[in-house]
Amino acid sequence: MSAREDMLAQMRRALGRGVLDEAKKAELEARLAAHPRNLVPKRAQLDHPAQVELFIEMAERAAATTVRVASLAEVPTAVAEFLAAQNLPAAIRLAPDPGLQAMPWRDRPLLKVETGIAQPGDRASVSPAFAGVAETGTLMMVSGPTSPTTLNFLPENHIVVLRADQIVGPFEDAWDRLRAARRGADFPRAINFITGPSRSADIEQQLVMGAHGPRRLHIILVAEDSNAQAKA
Amino acid sequence: MQPTCHAFKENAHAALNDATLQRAISKLGFQAARAAAVARLPEFEALRDRGRDIKNHVLENLDFYLERFEAKVRERGGEVHWCRTPAEAREAVLAICRGVGARTVTKGKSMIGEEIAINDYLAANGITPIETDFGEYIIQLRHEPPSHIIAPAIHLTKDQVSDTFLESHRQYGKTRRLAEPGEMLAEAREILREKFIAADVGITGANFLVAETGSSFIVTNEGNGDLTQTLTKAHIVLATPEKLVPTLEDATTLLRLLARSATGQEMSVYTTMSTGPRRPDDLDGPAAYHVVILDNGRTALLGTEFQDILRCIKCAACLNHCPVYNTIGGHAYGWVYPGPMGSVLTPAILGVEEAGDLPNATTLCGRCESVCPMRIPLPKMLRHWREREYEKGLSPPRYRAGLRVWAWFAKRPGLYHLAARFGMSVLGALGRRKGRFHRLPFAGGWTSGRDMPAPEGPTFHALWAARGDGAGA
Amino acid sequence: MKIGFFVTCLVDLFRPTVGFAAVKLLEEAGCTVEVPRAQTCCGQPAYNSGDKADAKDIARAVISAFEPYDYVVAPSGSCAGMIKVHYAELFADEPAWAQRARALARRTYELISFLVDICGVDAVDARYNGTATYHDSCSGLRELGVKAQPRKLLASVEGLTLKELPGTEVCCGFGGTFCIKYPEISTRMVDDKIKDVANTGADTLLAGDLGCLLNMAGRLAREGSPIKVRHVAEVLADMGRVPAIGEPLA
Repeated sequence: MSAREDMLAQMRRALGRGVLDEAKKAELEARLAAHPRNLVPKRAQLDHPAQVELFIEMAERAAATTVRVASLAEVPTAVAEFLAAQNLPAAIRLAPDPGLQAMPWRDRPLLKVETGIAQPGDRASVSPAFAGVAETGTLMMVSGPTSPTTLNFLPENHIVVLRADQIVGPFEDAWDRLRAARRGADFPRAINFITGPSRSADIEQQLVMGAHGPRRLHIILVAEDSNAQAKA
Repeated sequence: MQPTCHAFKENAHAALNDATLQRAISKLGFQAARAAAVARLPEFEALRDRGRDIKNHVLENLDFYLERFEAKVRERGGEVHWCRTPAEAREAVLAICRGVGARTVTKGKSMIGEEIAINDYLAANGITPIETDFGEYIIQLRHEPPSHIIAPAIHLTKDQVSDTFLESHRQYGKTRRLAEPGEMLAEAREILREKFIAADVGITGANFLVAETGSSFIVTNEGNGDLTQTLTKAHIVLATPEKLVPTLEDATTLLRLLARSATGQEMSVYTTMSTGPRRPDDLDGPAAYHVVILDNGRTALLGTEFQDILRCIKCAACLNHCPVYNTIGGHAYGWVYPGPMGSVLTPAILGVEEAGDLPNATTLCGRCESVCPMRIPLPKMLRHWREREYEKGLSPPRYRAGLRVWAWFAKRPGLYHLAARFGMSVLGALGRRKGRFHRLPFAGGWTSGRDMPAPEGPTFHALWAARGDGAGA
Repeated sequence: MKIGFFVTCLVDLFRPTVGFAAVKLLEEAGCTVEVPRAQTCCGQPAYNSGDKADAKDIARAVISAFEPYDYVVAPSGSCAGMIKVHYAELFADEPAWAQRARALARRTYELISFLVDICGVDAVDARYNGTATYHDSCSGLRELGVKAQPRKLLASVEGLTLKELPGTEVCCGFGGTFCIKYPEISTRMVDDKIKDVANTGADTLLAGDLGCLLNMAGRLAREGSPIKVRHVAEVLADMGRVPAIGEPLA
């Protein structure tokens, strides 16, 4: 008997039954398919503008920094300003995301923009969020050909572009968005829910930022939505 | 790690007299942090009920959810390895490592990794394991086991870490003794960054496994678990069967409980869900995704009076609030899992002969249960272990005898009252003048640390009878 | 209301004053109090040591002796908790006894919470000159919800200043047989407790469980502390002038 069969048999024995009957299995499958929500905290059940405010508040409480811009066109400037304010070299590793690549980087000719996965020596990355969860100020980043995971972790400074219309209230809304976006297709390999920059309190519980992941997380919140971008 | 639970009393003695340890564990701020986080979420209590119900549902249908999980993992191109024992799990991990020609392996924090002693096994087979969780990294350098399930180096002072780094980082050309945690973290980050990039295999634990999608969740504050799994050729997830949850929504519910109960954060900095190996058009990620499901005594608890411990999500709230843990620290418990949950789980895995002291070294104060996000009745199960030990005759003969004598009298009220009157009048007379005893025969355990207050003399029943009131039966 | 008074073994053996204070408070609240002679112990030592058989025998005797009463009241959260919470668990495999245990549990109370929650007492006629701090014994707190009630009544004691004890909900280290089996750990725990007590500046330590009180008083005495230790019932019943726990009786 394989370990697998052995373990399953032991489980059933311990539970005092055999294999579940078809009816029961169907019931459990149905629950999986329906994936019902459990209790959703009221905190983020607000109108959208309030959710945006809550997102900012919670993200900042987790030590992320945020800046608001009116449109995607202003993102390159916001990136350059962040780097300058931190005394960082004017260079970024940009995610190969069409939306990000289409932004007017030529407006900042002194900003060196390289695209792709993070390389050793990259000090700042810019990647696109899939969603922002207002409940806890959490960014939802999904892996894919236009959003490599390493950009979220390797460089010391992580800049995330988040559109206001990507902000949802509770995590459950974020899951629904992902399922809708992936209908028929595969789930991403990695979903990173990111709440603030990397940290550790392992030495005498003193909080220190920048453990292995980024020391700084900067969120550029774009008020305009993607439809407006397309019109521009 | 080799268990030393059988030496609990000696371990505790050493811990109580270790001034450095006592200094380190006197500063723990977890209780206040949790309380603040709970205060900020009005639905917290209701979520605890829901968490308990979700896990109970999973346990009742564990076989279904495991098979479902495996099917989904395979659909995505990953593999599930079913391992009954630590030996089978070690072999599975080694085979995967050999399969990709691994020379070094980076590790996110995994209690199951400790349980199966994977580091020593890999090292013995020519593969270098590198702990990347900052706390685990420190204790790996010191050849020590973790003393807390989420903050492994909590038993150390800053100075001890400085000393360790000075000694261990010399090989990297670092010769300055660092004083501040920030500096130490920066140095470790630099050193480990090279190791992350060079590693062939990344091993992490799993906080949850999701049956709906065939995914695993890990939570970290550092991001080390992410670098571990993303930069390597293969990602190995070490898990046990009860980590399953049915859906993403169920995982979300439990995640709302986890960080708040552990560190008082609303969410850990990095909550990562991994689903299979890299996709054909992904630019990064591991080429292989393996989930090792270790049983090691878990399914044996199903259907028993210990089943509820399988709801544990390893948040460490019980440790953080336990007055005994806060006095002796984690190493005294002698194995991987300390504190209240460790005192229930360890006898289940190692046997009550090895770990018998653990469920006894508690006052059953109940604080653990009051903070457990999954509403696990820890004191009840600690008591169940005591029942098992009593049945097996494992309790020390002295105590058994004493308790039997007490019980004998307690069942015979007439004799009890008579003996009490006699005993207490003698003790009362002897103790009247000072009001207490510095030493008392048969009570060395008590009087080693405390005086024994003298009884008033006459017993209540004697006085009540003398009062002449209608005393009842 | 006819009360079956559960004395508790520690009160019976060590400090009957607590029993008489309790009876006084109950009678002043309008209750008739009887003390069934057939009681000895609630069975907790056996229960917590894993000896279910003896615990059951003792529990059966307690249930039989106290069933006839309207209420069972004990000046101890730990003994009241044993009856109220654990008896039914003890008889989980004996439905008839479980039923009787549950019926008794519904009528079983710790003393102070009984006075406040059932009898509606909100003040006592007592005097005590001093500053006191109150320790929340674990069983009373967590099994029975005894928290606000003692503080409410203490607030009405003339001349008494009550200071909150930091870490009031942390165990004192008694734990029944625990303090005998693991004396080193227990002593450290009670040391931490009495440090907190001393830091309040109070001259009196109060609690509702004699086990905790003997433990804390014993350590305070060993450390040469002048802090007086009393059961809260003594103070509430205006008996706060008898020798404190551990003080000379002559």
